[in-house]
Amino acid sequence: MSQAARTPSMLANEIQVTPEVVAEHGLTPAEYARIQKILGREPNFTELGIFTVMWSEHCSYKSSRVHLKRLPTRAPQVLQGPGENAGVVDVGEGLAAVFKMESHNHPSYVEPFQGAATGVGGILRDVFTMGARPIAVLDSLRFGSVTSNAGSSANGESPEVIARNRRLVDGVVRGIAFYGNCFGVPTVGGEVEFEPGYAGNPLVNVLALGIAPKDKLFFARASGEGNPVIYVGAKTGRDGIHGASLLASAEFTEGSQQKRPNVQVGDPFLEKLLLEACLEAMDTGAIVGIQDMGAAGLTSSSCEMASRGGVGIEIELDRVPQRETGMTAYEMMLSESQERMLLVAERGREAEVFRVFRKWGLDAVEIGRVTSDGMLRVLHHSQIAAQIPADALAEQAPVYERPIAPAKPSVRSEARVPLAAMGTDLSDNFRRLLAAPSIASKRWIFEQYDHMVRTNTIVFPGAGDAAVLRLKGTSRALALATDGKGRWCALDPRAGAMHAVAEVARNVAAVGARPWAATNCLNFGNPEKPEVMWQFSEAVDGMAEACRTLAIPITGGNVSFYNDTLGKSIDPTPIVGVLGVIDEAAHTLSMAFRNEGDAIVLLDGRKSAPELAQGGADGLREFSSSEYARTIHGIVGGLPPAIDLAAESHLIDALVGLASEGILASAHDVSDGGIAVALAECGFASNGLTAEASWHSDQPVELALFAESGARALVSLPQASLAPLLTLAAKYEVAALVIGRVTRGQFHISLNDTTVIRDDSASLRDIWRGAIERAILGEQASKQT
Amino acid sequence: MTKVGVVVFPGSNCDHDALYVFSEILHTPAEFIWHQSQDLSGFHAVVLPGGFSYGDYLRTGAIARFSPVMTAIARFARSGGLVLGVCNGFQILCEAGLLPGALMRNNGLRFICRHVHVRVETIDTPFTASAAKGQVLRMPIAHAEGSYVCDPATLAELKRNGQIVFRYCAPDGSLDPASNPNGSLDAIAGICNRECNVMGMMPHPERAAEASLGSTDGLVVLSSLVQSLTRQPAAAAS
Repeated sequence: MSQAARTPSMLANEIQVTPEVVAEHGLTPAEYARIQKILGREPNFTELGIFTVMWSEHCSYKSSRVHLKRLPTRAPQVLQGPGENAGVVDVGEGLAAVFKMESHNHPSYVEPFQGAATGVGGILRDVFTMGARPIAVLDSLRFGSVTSNAGSSANGESPEVIARNRRLVDGVVRGIAFYGNCFGVPTVGGEVEFEPGYAGNPLVNVLALGIAPKDKLFFARASGEGNPVIYVGAKTGRDGIHGASLLASAEFTEGSQQKRPNVQVGDPFLEKLLLEACLEAMDTGAIVGIQDMGAAGLTSSSCEMASRGGVGIEIELDRVPQRETGMTAYEMMLSESQERMLLVAERGREAEVFRVFRKWGLDAVEIGRVTSDGMLRVLHHSQIAAQIPADALAEQAPVYERPIAPAKPSVRSEARVPLAAMGTDLSDNFRRLLAAPSIASKRWIFEQYDHMVRTNTIVFPGAGDAAVLRLKGTSRALALATDGKGRWCALDPRAGAMHAVAEVARNVAAVGARPWAATNCLNFGNPEKPEVMWQFSEAVDGMAEACRTLAIPITGGNVSFYNDTLGKSIDPTPIVGVLGVIDEAAHTLSMAFRNEGDAIVLLDGRKSAPELAQGGADGLREFSSSEYARTIHGIVGGLPPAIDLAAESHLIDALVGLASEGILASAHDVSDGGIAVALAECGFASNGLTAEASWHSDQPVELALFAESGARALVSLPQASLAPLLTLAAKYEVAALVIGRVTRGQFHISLNDTTVIRDDSASLRDIWRGAIERAILGEQASKQT
Repeated sequence: MTKVGVVVFPGSNCDHDALYVFSEILHTPAEFIWHQSQDLSGFHAVVLPGGFSYGDYLRTGAIARFSPVMTAIARFARSGGLVLGVCNGFQILCEAGLLPGALMRNNGLRFICRHVHVRVETIDTPFTASAAKGQVLRMPIAHAEGSYVCDPATLAELKRNGQIVFRYCAPDGSLDPASNPNGSLDAIAGICNRECNVMGMMPHPERAAEASLGSTDGLVVLSSLVQSLTRQPAAAAS
């Protein structure tokens, strides 16, 4: 390289950088001035593009950074917190769990199949780029309504919108199945909810978990001047240019469907080869650092690796494998073609790396080298196409403290459920509740996913509150669950976020796992709206407080802003994923009743109030935000149930302790649909068993049955173990109330000695089991399959 | 000492799972065989595992049949070696002509992953020797293309020769359309060749080999295979 070419040139075919071009890239004048200051000159068009993607909301977290600092991220088990491709925690026996959650919301709305598929592909790469083999995927999905009879709701959606929602569900589910099944990772859980607010902006959040030996982790860090920079995997094309940076960093408008070309296209087979080749190449010991090319592709992988390693990287674009001819430097640097990795190898050992990739039939090309000057230097056609301090791109993005204004109390928060008269038979309402898509069985969805491959899944989707994967070669198992409470966050983002953390920790504890670490995916509207920023800030505070009280560190995650369509923001939806550890896999519990005649016990973390939820005005206000209120009355109102983190903590300790004592037959947390739905679900998961329950309450009957206050779980166990259970419950400071026993035939609940629900358990199960399939495919189609 | 080989195609997914069951559960020596290998010497049985060989581009198994290892496997089969194809392995064996018929898209046109019941239709194969005739096994399926089809003459021949090894059934062993998950002809879940040394099946026995995974019925198939190897001196390889 001659001295003369040391300044980035205006390539002949490059577009002139004008104020209009800057504005089209979504940069503010202040951001542009910052770029001029960093460079000490005007950027050329390629450099402008590079800054734009790296400083986009998606890549830079410029609006969220100041808030995310408040989340607890440290704990002795945390080996790697936020800032790498994924979080890493020590799970014992020399193993590390590598996990992270990420959103692919906008691409999935524009093109549901490929959007969801590449969402899975992206997060899998984040995990195996650290040297971990992916062992599980979970998906947290939110869609608009798929049924037209969602109560007498004022938010009723038109038949056209409902039909579109169904197509979105179908496309997203097929996309997830297409990618995960072929790649060979089991999709073991997650959750799906349906609320009108997501009709114009569905959420597709994917969590991936991998396992690696603790001493064989790889990091996205370049080092060693002169070391070769190697490109592996798919060829670079013009697909996905500005995919993450523009699609995910702006609101949706009517023209958004035209952004379909910005959605990437996934090839799970290629990714499977990339996985095997990367793990094998890592075994050679010749790899220094490695990062996947996700959002902002070549740009982010090269400048982030250089920045983390405190070095520079020089790449020659002419050597990049290309799928198309005539691509400009701008296009190549911003392409988001999938299934590509960038790695730094030890100089002199390139051949070992190339041999592995050749074996797997993959392109591996040396495209550059590590330098000592801290610059990201891009050469194209023997000229410098871009030259930017790597650190400025990766770490010096603007940080905004955006204005915050409390969201006005929504009118709907005034709505209250009209309660049924005493003595009303609630069987009909109960059937409607079981058929509500958010409560009904998700079987139709998870049966499209291979949830067993790799033969580690010991609690299948739907069988327990969390998925459980045994760790071969050890006695241990890992549990994973996700949850988010959008409806409650809309009413009170702080309380809603706390509930999300508490519920997912409870889910993990219910299978017998000690909550160990969390990841999150924070889905919000446009951060430039002060109310949205307020929701975000409140949710972060709620999440931080809950994680701190429950001693669960957050090891990373993802923020998805601009979930707005035509100016309307989604309900704030922070999704939490919690990883738990079970020391003895044999002690794992599922929710299924196991033996006829077993006792059913309600555990409550609030020691003094066995079946809680204060009656009166508070109880009714909280009940108005329940699934029952929405499904039966079309009301979303009131406030989330009061949260008691100390009680949650006691209950979690109790569930983990009782499981390890081995005296329980089943455990299931009480959440959507309250005690009544939880009782029924324990039966549905079992081999033909059901419940007969009877207890006393001074609450209105609907609250007693369907209220969703936290810190509660149902356990079943042999009658003979009741005495030790009650002793242990006292030790863990939880209340234990025997409310029934496991039976066959009729599902039966009576309250204050009066029958309130009695129905054939098999027919209830059919309603619950087939509701989603009927909603998505229609009655006729579902009968045929 | 008998040794089982598990073929690794690019895109094989269940290769590790199969190897794990042979070596850790059945304590039988097992090794991977790379798809470009032409040498099966030392192996006494070969397993074609599930997955998406070569991405299943074009058609499931359509590219895998042309891989070098398949030439060797055809030779191995001709000389009497035991070959078990599971899921994608079954699809490959059909494409390669080592088994008759083909596997089409499931009649619901979706991928299905769940436990199903199959009935053992013949115990005169090395893969079912330790089963009882009519025994019902509970094993998972996980496929999008598992609907078995063949022409009427082939079906008649399969029946005449006792080549239908497994049929999808209800938990009590009865055959009814509701128990056929993918629309397979005659509820066929697995078949063997006329010599009974090559078998293909859609259910995954390697996923049903430990109680903690929900079933141990798959061991009936896999331990039959292992026992057959130790009973009869292996047809050692070509």
